[in-house]
Amino acid sequence: MRTLISRFLGFSILIFVALVFLYPFVIQIANSFKTEADAAANPLSAIAHPFTTDAMERIFAGTAFPTWLANSVLVTVVVTIGRVLIDSMAGYALSRLRFRGRRVLFAAVLGVMAVPPVVLLIPKFLVLNQLGMYNSYPALIVPLLADAAGIFIMKQFFDSVPVSVEEAARIDGAGVFRTFWSVVLPTARPALITLTILAFQGSWNEFPHTLVAVQDPALFTLPRGLADLVSGSLGAGTQYPLKLGAALLATIPVAIIFVVFQRYFVRDANEGAERG
Amino acid sequence: MAGGIRGNERSAGWLFVAPALLLLGLFLVLPILMALWVSLTRWNGQGSPFTAGVPFAGLDNYTGLIADDGLSRTNFMTSIRNNGYYVLFVVPLQTALALGLALIVNKRRGFFRTAFYFPSVTSSVAISVVFLFMFANGGAINAILSALGVHGPQWFSDPRGVFHLLLGDSAPAALADHSVLGLSWWDWISGPSVAMCAIIALVVWTTSGTFMLMFLAALQNLPRQLDEAGMIDGANRWQRFRRITLPQLRPTMFLVVTLGLIGSWQVFDQIYVMSQGNPAKTTLTPAYLSYRTAFRDFDYGSGAAISFVLFLIIVLLTLGQRWATRERNP
Repeated sequence: MRTLISRFLGFSILIFVALVFLYPFVIQIANSFKTEADAAANPLSAIAHPFTTDAMERIFAGTAFPTWLANSVLVTVVVTIGRVLIDSMAGYALSRLRFRGRRVLFAAVLGVMAVPPVVLLIPKFLVLNQLGMYNSYPALIVPLLADAAGIFIMKQFFDSVPVSVEEAARIDGAGVFRTFWSVVLPTARPALITLTILAFQGSWNEFPHTLVAVQDPALFTLPRGLADLVSGSLGAGTQYPLKLGAALLATIPVAIIFVVFQRYFVRDANEGAERG
Repeated sequence: MAGGIRGNERSAGWLFVAPALLLLGLFLVLPILMALWVSLTRWNGQGSPFTAGVPFAGLDNYTGLIADDGLSRTNFMTSIRNNGYYVLFVVPLQTALALGLALIVNKRRGFFRTAFYFPSVTSSVAISVVFLFMFANGGAINAILSALGVHGPQWFSDPRGVFHLLLGDSAPAALADHSVLGLSWWDWISGPSVAMCAIIALVVWTTSGTFMLMFLAALQNLPRQLDEAGMIDGANRWQRFRRITLPQLRPTMFLVVTLGLIGSWQVFDQIYVMSQGNPAKTTLTPAYLSYRTAFRDFDYGSGAAISFVLFLIIVLLTLGQRWATRERNP
């Protein structure tokens, strides 16, 4: 009897906590399809009554959402490809290639990882301004192309993989680049997938960098446009269905990636724990 | 032949790291040096800060934050107070919640882990929009509170500090009349404002999933024998948790707390989207203040100086963490 009660209690707690973590998303989805009056009167209700796609239509017709979406896709694709290439090359070199200065460079990468991103806001603006890049696509993209954490992940990965295959390729006379491209990279698939996911999620969600890189609304990405939509005034009323709907659409790509590639997300967090 | 390969490696090594080196140098190291210079000037955003016409300020921007009586010090100290209370609440709450979640999902796979971790991977801006709606005056949180018979506050327009609310409305003269570093003692002990509490709730909710995974990894690496030995000795579940599991989690606990400290001194996105430092500057944080000072008030020197003071705070926390964990990670 006692175990039954404690089991029931444990399960109730579990359900309650799961509700706390998931219900905000339920509220978000439901209210995206409500009328403004319904959203104001019944904010907690999980059912839109009446159901309307009015807010969704206005997101596409009445806001610059399509522009933000296009910019986000462009930035995310270029940054993800760039990071995967640049980080894996640097991680490989730091792990495998013997050259003078390697230890110092790796120490520098570790140092760079410790720099808190928010203190870089003004500095990044200064350099973009000085280089004449401010308010352009390169300003949105180029500073995000390399990240120290990605280099670290790739170096750790190559450190953990035996060298025998490459050595064989080397002895066969393949150059360093050939070996890297056609022997090393294909074996690094798990690490590359992790890196791709992290780069995708990071650049899709990136917000503060856009604040100091661009000011022209035609160059806004989704997080920047969304922040602008929320803090600015767009016509009358609170427009919550519209804002929640736009936030929902901005969340969907990462949600899909998350569900499909869950185990890679989880693995990265565990590596973070070991990294200390 | 072997020498040829090694020689090849030397140049290839530098070629392979060159793109990363160039990018990190150009957009990370160089900017910090540039900002260090700007923090010593009164540059207003016009033209280049590296010309002779820009007035040199020496350490004025720094003393203005810490030593000289004036608005910049009041603002900066207010932001330190706000972020300090934010850290005081966020770090213990997210650590406890993360540990609790990890214990809940430790023996369960799949769905619940996904559910608890999901908020961590979503966009900070998008999730802030959802919480703005939930904490709106007629929003979901107040609807729940009124169902429980509590009249909810107007979250984002309520600047009252929660410690002030507990202590009563009027300030004792002894506390109100004496000030230190530009704020009266009464202002220093305000606690987080009601508006800040909403932001604290959001951040605890989003970050605890990440830290849950760290606790989970640690829990699954614990040897089972110790727990079984405790069971044989007749210890109940709470005793086993308190005396056997918790002591073994100490290194992870320490990691989570320091990562939490480092992260929570950087709160920016949520402030930008939800409150912009309002109401009555009670959600102003150093990160947001530095942004606002530079890009809204065009006082780049002072803004950069705030960044560097914040940098110093975070570096000290990081060094503290590295120092304390040095034996485990050589």
